[in-house]
Amino acid sequence: MNKRVVITGLGVAAPNGVGLVNFENAIKAGKSGIQYFEELKDMNFSCCIGGIPEVSEDLKLKYLSPLQLRNFTSSGILYACMAGIDAWHDAGLSFAEEEPHWDSGCVFGTGISGVEKMREATYKLDSGKVKRLGSTSVAQTMSSGVSAYLGGIIGLGNQVTTNSSACATGTEAILLAFERIQAGKAKRMIAGSSGEHGPYIWGGFDAMRVITYKHNETPTEGSRPMSATASGFVPGSGAGALILESLESALERKAPIYAEILGGAVNSGGQRAGGTMTAPNSTAVQRCIKAAIKNAGIQADDIDLINGHLTATIKDPVEIQNWATALGRKGENFPYIHSLKSMIGHCLSAAGSIESVAAILGLKHDFIFPNTNCDDLHPEISSLIASDKIPTQLINTKKIDIVAKASFGFGDVNACLIFKKMNNE
Amino acid sequence: MNKTELIDALKEIVQPYIQDEAAFQNLTEDTSFIDDLKINSANLVDIVLDVEDKFDILIEDDAMENMLTVKGAMGIISNKINTK
Repeated sequence: MNKRVVITGLGVAAPNGVGLVNFENAIKAGKSGIQYFEELKDMNFSCCIGGIPEVSEDLKLKYLSPLQLRNFTSSGILYACMAGIDAWHDAGLSFAEEEPHWDSGCVFGTGISGVEKMREATYKLDSGKVKRLGSTSVAQTMSSGVSAYLGGIIGLGNQVTTNSSACATGTEAILLAFERIQAGKAKRMIAGSSGEHGPYIWGGFDAMRVITYKHNETPTEGSRPMSATASGFVPGSGAGALILESLESALERKAPIYAEILGGAVNSGGQRAGGTMTAPNSTAVQRCIKAAIKNAGIQADDIDLINGHLTATIKDPVEIQNWATALGRKGENFPYIHSLKSMIGHCLSAAGSIESVAAILGLKHDFIFPNTNCDDLHPEISSLIASDKIPTQLINTKKIDIVAKASFGFGDVNACLIFKKMNNE
Repeated sequence: MNKTELIDALKEIVQPYIQDEAAFQNLTEDTSFIDDLKINSANLVDIVLDVEDKFDILIEDDAMENMLTVKGAMGIISNKINTK
């Protein structure tokens, strides 16, 4: 018998809000975290806007020691530690003393770690100064740096690993952690993902012309999922973290429960039948959504709200079509759908986890955050689903019981999760 | 640079890495970086880099092996300064 898995803690460092309370207030208010960066302009970027969580030096010291912060430049690891530690404390848990928490582990994903550190190291290496790299070059640039720092600070004794599946990373991390608890191999897992900020991360996307160059003067209007004038995504960064726990463990320690994870699925389109390194195979997307629904033991009609991938590229109408086909629902019968990217941009490897934190806050606190920058709905979308299913204002409602969250990534990979409100049982 | 000045300079360098404040306050020539100051062994390479910067010297791998105590470090630094 599979264990039921619930969420008992959340943490987040997002461009529009650092910390759970700030973040919840921001997403309810439709607050944008997108800004203009002169540095990008100076480096000849076409897109000079992006989203970076605001973190003061004092705030860093709440999570990392002065020694850990010495020569520390890995923003992704910092965000991971902030979100992960916050989530751990939010779940009412404490750091291990001498004995590790044997039943607690972590799957914390990232696309890449420590690019600033790598850049610094490259200059030193190329001038023959290999020894000048110091002791933390490896820890800050290894992909698993995010989970390694977090595991060490908290004292995790179960599986501590990092997954990577481009923009599906965060959603996949939650599914991997869910499956581990479901199988009885861990009592609780920190699941999340992190994404670094800055020109050395975002440059490749600028080169691909997939990020918008039209909003350097109007940064907060730049990220426009589902809009007729969507012109490419806006890069973001940050981290989101969830504490997943077996229901029995949560009940045993009387932990407050945010929501239940009913199930999920991951797959790939194999870069066939329309799928490429950068474009999704629609059949695979639909299969992934259907597989998640089946795994969760629900019906397509049970879904009240979709927290979409919806990046604000020309592919948004295709995503809507895929949801409509997979669910067999359209027009007025389509569930509500929204995209947090309208406020924080596309946080890449961090997207799935930050957006999942938003989905769970909405479930727990009975609200649907608004889609911003979507007053001019794309005609291909309005021909598929009723426009009132894409709310542009905050909706307070107790009627949302089940949320589907999906993320799709380069490499033609897909991930979908099903979250359910925790009723008093 | 006399002995006291050298110890003071070394203290300033190792301070960010120490994990035992009491041992640091009572630092003598015989103090061990790892056993007494509880410095993480990985940080010894950072201390070597900081020493190189401070005294404008280069410390080879074999010399580094002797940099386990205050006395060992002082010996290497004095030696390097004198042969500059």
